[in-house]
Amino acid sequence: MKLDKYLDRSLWVFHLNTGSCNGCDIEIVALLTPRYDVERFGIKLVGSPKHADVLLVTGPVNRKMLPRLKLVYEQTPDPKAVIVVGTCGSSGGVFYDSYNIVGPVDKHIPVDVYVPGCPIRPEAIINGVLKAWLKLERLRGFSGVEIEKKIEEVNA
Amino acid sequence: MSGGSIIIFILNIFGALIIAILGILVGLFYKGIDRKLAAMLQSRVGPPIRQPFLDFFKLMIKENIVPENAIPWVFNGAPVLALVSTVTILFYIPFGPIPALLGDSGDLILIAYLLAIPAIALVAGGFSSGSTYASIGAQREMVLMMSYELPLVTTIIGLGWRLNLAYPGLKVFSLAALSTNPIWGLVGPLGFLGALLLLLTLVIVTPAELSIVPFDIPEAETELAGGVLVEYSGRNLALFELSNAVKMIVMGTLTIALFFPYNIAHLLSITGFFAYIINILFFFFKLFIVIFFEATLIRVALARLKIDQASTAYLIFLSATSLMGLLLIAIDYII
Repeated sequence: MKLDKYLDRSLWVFHLNTGSCNGCDIEIVALLTPRYDVERFGIKLVGSPKHADVLLVTGPVNRKMLPRLKLVYEQTPDPKAVIVVGTCGSSGGVFYDSYNIVGPVDKHIPVDVYVPGCPIRPEAIINGVLKAWLKLERLRGFSGVEIEKKIEEVNA
Repeated sequence: MSGGSIIIFILNIFGALIIAILGILVGLFYKGIDRKLAAMLQSRVGPPIRQPFLDFFKLMIKENIVPENAIPWVFNGAPVLALVSTVTILFYIPFGPIPALLGDSGDLILIAYLLAIPAIALVAGGFSSGSTYASIGAQREMVLMMSYELPLVTTIIGLGWRLNLAYPGLKVFSLAALSTNPIWGLVGPLGFLGALLLLLTLVIVTPAELSIVPFDIPEAETELAGGVLVEYSGRNLALFELSNAVKMIVMGTLTIALFFPYNIAHLLSITGFFAYIINILFFFFKLFIVIFFEATLIRVALARLKIDQASTAYLIFLSATSLMGLLLIAIDYII
């Protein structure tokens, strides 16, 4: 897996709903509106996991969605990052220990960033994508100090 | 082969390389401008202008997945075919003051055929990828292609026919002849109206050629998850993006060469090398204006049509418009 500096300025995001209540999904769509406008960071919502760099997974994983979740994860070409959006996907939330839930997401696919909240604020998702970007930086061989410096730059 | 023709041959090869590279760079640059302008029209900040370059390099380093039930040679060959055929058109189109590299050996008819090849490559790639989404996308692409060919060809024929009436014996379909004698100077008031209708036809055919909203039905991201491109990833997707970017300047340049082939330097009474530079800059300005009206404004202002609506729009309404334009030019000539 070869990482490149172009990756972090052009993250294409695929959104997968694994049984969410649609609250988080509405907040994800809000990211594209003029108020938040994530396209200025090169983040684009794409329609196919084959085009994506980042998977945004919402919802506790129910039984029917589990094979699809794994399939979509495998269909996403490397290098990739997975972001779980919302409390349900992070821990199960109110659906914890239900008979029809096999989640949370990290039981089945490797997850890089958790964005808890019910529903999350759009700012939190932007922050989560930024964290995923830092994970890709770490894979590229940057040390902790350099990444700290990058965070400073981004915050400033 | 004599010595002179060998030198011309080698020069042509170098020229082709330079034009291909410049065409791709300019195409990506204009794509960035297009995205920025679209964002500003929607009162967003928008991506930086170099964003298409970043996207391209990113896609080049991504994993290239070939689906299990795809036909690999068609699947991998289609993006290359699309890019090569689009870049080939650049050799036959004059860029403002710069004459076409192979202008003597190809004309507008050849360009009309070459313009169809990227769409055919998309269809072949879509069908060969073995995905149902891609098959539906490919079928829609075919329907759309058959719908917009007629108005496009009517426009081309109309211009060539009028030029032939004015100057019999000229190579009327060569772009050099068409751009030295623009249609506006040949016709009276009625014909002027007809030429306007032909221009309108070309402007409305362009979004379908570029597969952008409202005619991006084959790729419809929200319904077909990317349609014909659904299985493409990595390098193959990058090549399709490139060919789309190049096609954008091809359509813009074609519109300029057919309808607005005017230069500005002699109006400012500048001569020599400096005039050449001014003309080239003016050409890029014209390209910016044309792409803004042909692609950016249309795609921001309108929503996606259904395939039957798009087909009706092209086959009936736009064909009628272009034939009306042809009729007006004919009446203008007879009177």
